[in-house]
Amino acid sequence: MNQQIKNSTEQVPSEVMSPSSDMETFIKVINFNFFYGKKQTLFNINFAIPTKHVTSFIGPSGSGKSTLLRNFNRMNELLPGVRHEGDIAIDGKSIFDASIEIIALRRRIGMVFQKSNPFPRSIYENVVFPLRIMGRNKRSLLNETVERSLRSVALWDEVKDRLHENALGLSGGQMQRLCIARAISSQPEILLMDEPCSALDPIATAKIEELIVELKKEFTIVIVTHSMQQASRVSDLTAFFNFGKLIEFDHTHRIFTAPIEKQTEDYITGRFG
Amino acid sequence: MSVPAFIPQNRYRPRRDYFRSLCWIAAVMIILLLGFIIDEIFTRALPAIHHYGWHFLTSSEWRPNRDLYGVLPMLFGTAVSSFLALLLALPLGLAVALFLSENFLPRPMRQLMRMIVEMLAATPSVVYGLWGIFTLVPLVQHYGGIVAHHWGWIPFLHGPAYGNSLFTASLVLALMVLPTITAISRAALVAIPDTFREGAYALGATRWETIIRVLLPYAAPGIVAASILAFGRAMGETMAVAMLIGNSQRLTLSLFSPSNTLSALLANQFSEAEGLQINALMYAALILIMLTLGTNIIGELVLRRTQKALGGGHCL
Amino acid sequence: MRPNSNTAVHFFLNHEKKTSLFRLWSNQFLTVLCVLFSLFTLVPLFSLLYLLIKKGLPLLHFSVFTKLPPPPGLHGGGFGNAIVGTITMVGIATLLSAPLGILGAIYISEYAPHSSLTATVRFIAKLLTGIPSIICGAFAFALVVLHTGEFSALAGGVALSILMLPTILLTSEQALIGVPSSYRDASYGLGATPFQTIWCIVLPEALPAMMMGMMLAVARAAGETAPVLFTALFSQQWASSIMEPTASLSVLIYNFSALPYHYQVQMAWTASLVLVAMVTGINILAQLLFRRKFQ
Repeated sequence: MNQQIKNSTEQVPSEVMSPSSDMETFIKVINFNFFYGKKQTLFNINFAIPTKHVTSFIGPSGSGKSTLLRNFNRMNELLPGVRHEGDIAIDGKSIFDASIEIIALRRRIGMVFQKSNPFPRSIYENVVFPLRIMGRNKRSLLNETVERSLRSVALWDEVKDRLHENALGLSGGQMQRLCIARAISSQPEILLMDEPCSALDPIATAKIEELIVELKKEFTIVIVTHSMQQASRVSDLTAFFNFGKLIEFDHTHRIFTAPIEKQTEDYITGRFG
Repeated sequence: MSVPAFIPQNRYRPRRDYFRSLCWIAAVMIILLLGFIIDEIFTRALPAIHHYGWHFLTSSEWRPNRDLYGVLPMLFGTAVSSFLALLLALPLGLAVALFLSENFLPRPMRQLMRMIVEMLAATPSVVYGLWGIFTLVPLVQHYGGIVAHHWGWIPFLHGPAYGNSLFTASLVLALMVLPTITAISRAALVAIPDTFREGAYALGATRWETIIRVLLPYAAPGIVAASILAFGRAMGETMAVAMLIGNSQRLTLSLFSPSNTLSALLANQFSEAEGLQINALMYAALILIMLTLGTNIIGELVLRRTQKALGGGHCL
Repeated sequence: MRPNSNTAVHFFLNHEKKTSLFRLWSNQFLTVLCVLFSLFTLVPLFSLLYLLIKKGLPLLHFSVFTKLPPPPGLHGGGFGNAIVGTITMVGIATLLSAPLGILGAIYISEYAPHSSLTATVRFIAKLLTGIPSIICGAFAFALVVLHTGEFSALAGGVALSILMLPTILLTSEQALIGVPSSYRDASYGLGATPFQTIWCIVLPEALPAMMMGMMLAVARAAGETAPVLFTALFSQQWASSIMEPTASLSVLIYNFSALPYHYQVQMAWTASLVLVAMVTGINILAQLLFRRKFQ
């Protein structure tokens, strides 16, 4: 199995793997196929995501971009009848390797969902949840983490006086920022965002986008988005997916100004379904 | 800039999830329970099964003092009372289901109606029995006598009419299975998309043309399932029947004469049974469990197909 | 929002007068019939409530909750031991069935929602709800009474627990399904184990609905007669242990209703009133306490 992956890695042309050689590869997707029941939803995906950059996935609905994202922390395995072929390696190690604990993997990867999903408890408890499940309950550490995480998402000043109030009392944008704070509170290295702004108004969206640009200093960020403007505003690299295939992967400015593939161009210019 | 080794740094040490095993055991125990119930009753029934065999089903003698046991009268009583109950409850239950699912009356009225049906369902069987003794028994005795007098030539209606009779039991059973019919039929009606109704109305159909030609055919499998499940429930219903049916061990073909059902037989005789009688009662219980189980399996399967057809996939 | 059909009928009246009149009338007739049928179901319920109050109230006095049942033919007394017996047996039944039902529900809804074992458990539970309550009695009779050689509250509790188990399982499963899956996504996404997700996130959310399901099962079990009739039997005395024949309200009603003494029959009505009040009370309490709590 491992041997097979190594072989297949070598077959992949290097220009597909990474758009530029000066970036350090962090997540590597190798000949990846994904099946939901009998239906194949991802076809032979190959590329590499660099560290401490923002990579965005764009493409029409059902193009498989969210599916791929949910494979990075193996969230798809919560669904029945899923199966994959090929490999995803993070920092040079296969995440499907038998020695990898799926729980440990998810603790190293933060994830933010399309619809903000704070737990129905206090703001404070939401942020420290990842620490508590790791068994870290030291008060000083928790307090410190809450302040640091909430400051990172620019929420601290807004909520510092009501940390112990129910998180469901926050506005939509605040809730989503809280979810980001929660995702980064255990200091993961990767932050996955699945259309984090699709349920937000333009002002809240702008704040989150600002935040993403800020956060890439610390995290490797992968964001799925429906909005091409958003992809062009926040991301360094853009991957365009269609019908479960990776059509094109390049620097964002190149994707949006001089795409190579006809499909990408059609999608970017809005000539697409 | 060097990236720290990604995976080995975590502090998580996997542990076996004992809680999962515990939950698994509970889930498996629920499956085993049904088998255990059948097995336990079967084992106790075995001496009677050896002794009487199939004759148990066809004999109409039940005489504990001579160790003669046959359940034909109870089988007949169970079948007739349940069938009659269904016949009476189906139109009423369906009417209430329509009442609750369509907008005949304003919402508060429907809410009230639903509460009443829920209360009917929550009332203990023994209380229905007590109520039946005071209301249904005199009524059936009086009007049953009149019916038997005038129409006694019709099969099953001949006299003399008793208050504690097969018909009385059927009446109270009808009342008790009504909530079952209403609940399942209502679910089937509510599941029909509003576009069907709008489509029919837009074509100029009246409310009842819509109901009869569009809604009822569409909900028919659900209503069939409701009837089957209600039939199963009626067969197993015990206390009210035991208090009203008259508990006669003789096979009679009149609705107005005392009769018996399998469940009422068990209720009446178990506490004082000894020796072979216990085995014979367990045999009767085994027959009852098989009958209700069979009915319920068919009902559930019909219901499941209905839900699949409607795309309401929360069943499986 | 459904359009009012009657206006549509009038609109067409000019074109096809004859058929439309028939259609209109039959429409009206069926509506009246349906409402009449529905109202007809109210008659038994109101009659029942009326009789419960009329016949049950005269003997309802504080002493019926504290005294022992009168022997046949004698006056006075109450059914204190029957109330205690009912509570004891329902308590035993809850202790036996609730853990099993809830753990089973957690397995089928959280650990393996799509496995074939889960489909089987669900199907069997549905079948178990359809098992006649008298069968639960026969089973407990075979399992407990024939082994211990004694009618007992324990046997009654076992019988009732069989009755409650599938209800608790299915309502608990519904309660767990009612927890938004986004909470699970968030928890798993943050690296929580299934155990942590269930205990820290899912169970606290599902608890109110679960408690409600459990109380509904308790209410139903409290009113059941057939399972305890020949497992706990009846007793004129206060029970001193769970291993001896025990009185229950429902069996008292059954026994007294068949007696030829007016006083005992009246007591059966009073006991019925208390039993219905208990069952309805638990039902209403469950709704008040646990129905849709919003933050």
